[in-house]
Amino acid sequence: MDHDTQQRNPFIFTFPEPLPLTEFISRISELSSSGYSPLGFFGTPEREILCLMGKAQHVPILLRTAFPAGHCYPSLSVTIPAFHIFERELWEEHGITPEGHPWLKPLRYPAGSPTKMESYPFFSSPSQALHEVGVGPVHAGVIEPGHFRFICQGESIQHLEIQLGYQHRGLAKLMANGDLRSKINLSEAIAGDSAIGHGLAYCIATEALCGAEAGSALKTPRRLALELERIAMHLADLSALAGDIAYLSGQNFFAALRTTIINSSLAICGSRFGKRWLCPGGINYGLNKEQNKTLRTTLLTAEKQIELSAKAMFSSSGVLNRFDSTGCISRKTAQELNMTGITAKAAGLQVDVRADFPAFEEGIFQAEILASGDVYARAYLRYKEIRQSLQMIDFWLSTLPDVKAAAVPLAKPRPNLLALSLVEGWRGRIAHIVKTDQKGNTEFYRIIDPSLHNWFALALAVRNEGISDFPLCNKSFDLSYCGHDL
Amino acid sequence: MFELLKARLAHGYQAIPDPLRARIHPSFPGVPVFLRAHEADFSAAAALCPTQAIEGFSLDLGKCVFCGACQRNFPETFAFSPEFRMASDSRNGLVVQWDPAKQASSRPSVCPSSVLQQGFSRSFALRNVSAAGCNACELELGAASNVNFDMGRYGLEVVASPRHADALILTGPVSANMAFALEETWLAIPEPKVLILCGACAISGGLFAEEGALDRSWLTGQSAALFIPGCPAHPLSIIHGLMSLLGRVD
Repeated sequence: MDHDTQQRNPFIFTFPEPLPLTEFISRISELSSSGYSPLGFFGTPEREILCLMGKAQHVPILLRTAFPAGHCYPSLSVTIPAFHIFERELWEEHGITPEGHPWLKPLRYPAGSPTKMESYPFFSSPSQALHEVGVGPVHAGVIEPGHFRFICQGESIQHLEIQLGYQHRGLAKLMANGDLRSKINLSEAIAGDSAIGHGLAYCIATEALCGAEAGSALKTPRRLALELERIAMHLADLSALAGDIAYLSGQNFFAALRTTIINSSLAICGSRFGKRWLCPGGINYGLNKEQNKTLRTTLLTAEKQIELSAKAMFSSSGVLNRFDSTGCISRKTAQELNMTGITAKAAGLQVDVRADFPAFEEGIFQAEILASGDVYARAYLRYKEIRQSLQMIDFWLSTLPDVKAAAVPLAKPRPNLLALSLVEGWRGRIAHIVKTDQKGNTEFYRIIDPSLHNWFALALAVRNEGISDFPLCNKSFDLSYCGHDL
Repeated sequence: MFELLKARLAHGYQAIPDPLRARIHPSFPGVPVFLRAHEADFSAAAALCPTQAIEGFSLDLGKCVFCGACQRNFPETFAFSPEFRMASDSRNGLVVQWDPAKQASSRPSVCPSSVLQQGFSRSFALRNVSAAGCNACELELGAASNVNFDMGRYGLEVVASPRHADALILTGPVSANMAFALEETWLAIPEPKVLILCGACAISGGLFAEEGALDRSWLTGQSAALFIPGCPAHPLSIIHGLMSLLGRVD
């Protein structure tokens, strides 16, 4: 590692020497047994496999190997299940077969793929006692498209297979085309509900590659934007969870509270989703004394209402009856699958970018966790995180001076570097991995949405649950389809 | 029980009294207003625009993602009013143009549909298809039915089955992988039916227009009844657009 290497999130790497395949594999296994888990694993346009392994409080490790001879290698998923979805992606994108992969199948049918969505190789059972239920891609509500195929015995789900790819927009290619510094709008549309999360991951990766850093005065408003997004989307989920069990008071309380929060974001930047708030190098919209005061008052009022609404919801026996012990994920499963975000923390895993890979120096962050791993835990943890974010924002607002919109000018990205930025979005760990070529142009741009790690856990969580509880379980995960361009 | 009553009391009355005449915070970028016809500013803004929405002395709201780059960089030429009433019944109507005679820019408007006015003005059922939408338009369409915006009060609702729908409201730029499902959903809606495009992606492909992963071929053969701009479209823009199409706005 040379002087270009940045040791703090966002991380900057110069390319290490490629390892022989066997060493690459054994290194990954070693790291995995010493507590590292994959942050990214994918094929590059230069016909190499890259792997980024991360461990809390440690600088991630970048490994590199040439595409294996014969286009196959022994699958990592057999011993490290966390790789299962990365290996499927590698196989689909580059035709490299992970031999022995437990369930090798297409991930998204990228554009130009000869196979059509309609001919997806679903798992099926010849048993006369079982029946299949297919749902989607067009769903009954106003949500993103995806297909869910259930195999049920009576009402009970024996198996769920989730087929995605309907949302594939060719994002990675669009992010890599042209000037890296002009991609803020696109990064905000990676997942519109995480405009700040993905936007911030893009901004800090770009700044790191350009050798600049947003002024320290702008760090707090950026964190504030991220926490505001977390509060808004957790409220949206609490509302939807209440709606799924026909607890209409909760549905309306939390929906109205979300309106209050996102209208506060509109009052600052003009967008209810925080779009256009951030820009690479800084922020487009500041926060003057008066806006600070208004926001603080609004959030204090909202906090009181959130307390009352949550108290009512989590003491209702009807609600508890549906939430308690439904859709359980064990801590072991969460760990094996490298789960992230609320779903992992609700199963007792202490994982949070804000604590594990802090991008901002000041303050020590301690993630809230719960142990039961059920719908209740995922719902209640959202409430706890809302409270935590509100407290952080209130503290920041009380110390924040008059913030003006500002941005440092960004030079062209430096050549031959790889940037890894990590942001704890409301769904969990967002990773953006950007590599520049020898001219400083973008060689590739990989976006790893937290949902990628969690989709398979949803399929496991609903096993042996009634099929009528699927919407509830699904909402308690609230995963993104478009975030990983699935 | 008492907890619920306390929460309900604190909640108060949340519905916006009249969504058609509501006012949004002045920071909201709604209908663009050209302050002057300044050629250099227009061409420099056109070069900055992420979706090529600016051309000559015009701005296409069907492409605009309301990123504000033109306004921030050329505040003497471009402004965005907090006017959310910006839907149009025609694609061309979304193109805001400078009128030299009036020394002002045009505004989109909706001409009511006589068929819809007669048959659907009290009950209009929408079936949403999200085709590679980023979930922002989807959330805003969902919010149009929530306790604040409550479009249900006008008989406007999102229904679960295409069989119950009078209109298909499309969000997203239409990925190749969703093209088939979109067309199938359209075919499953009984006549008479209309197509509504919600948000920049649905109208023009938005930020994704250049990428080969889209398939908008079915869409180009259709004529949409309503175009609602935005990135995402604001719930008030959605409600006002729908109500205008039904001839229920004075």
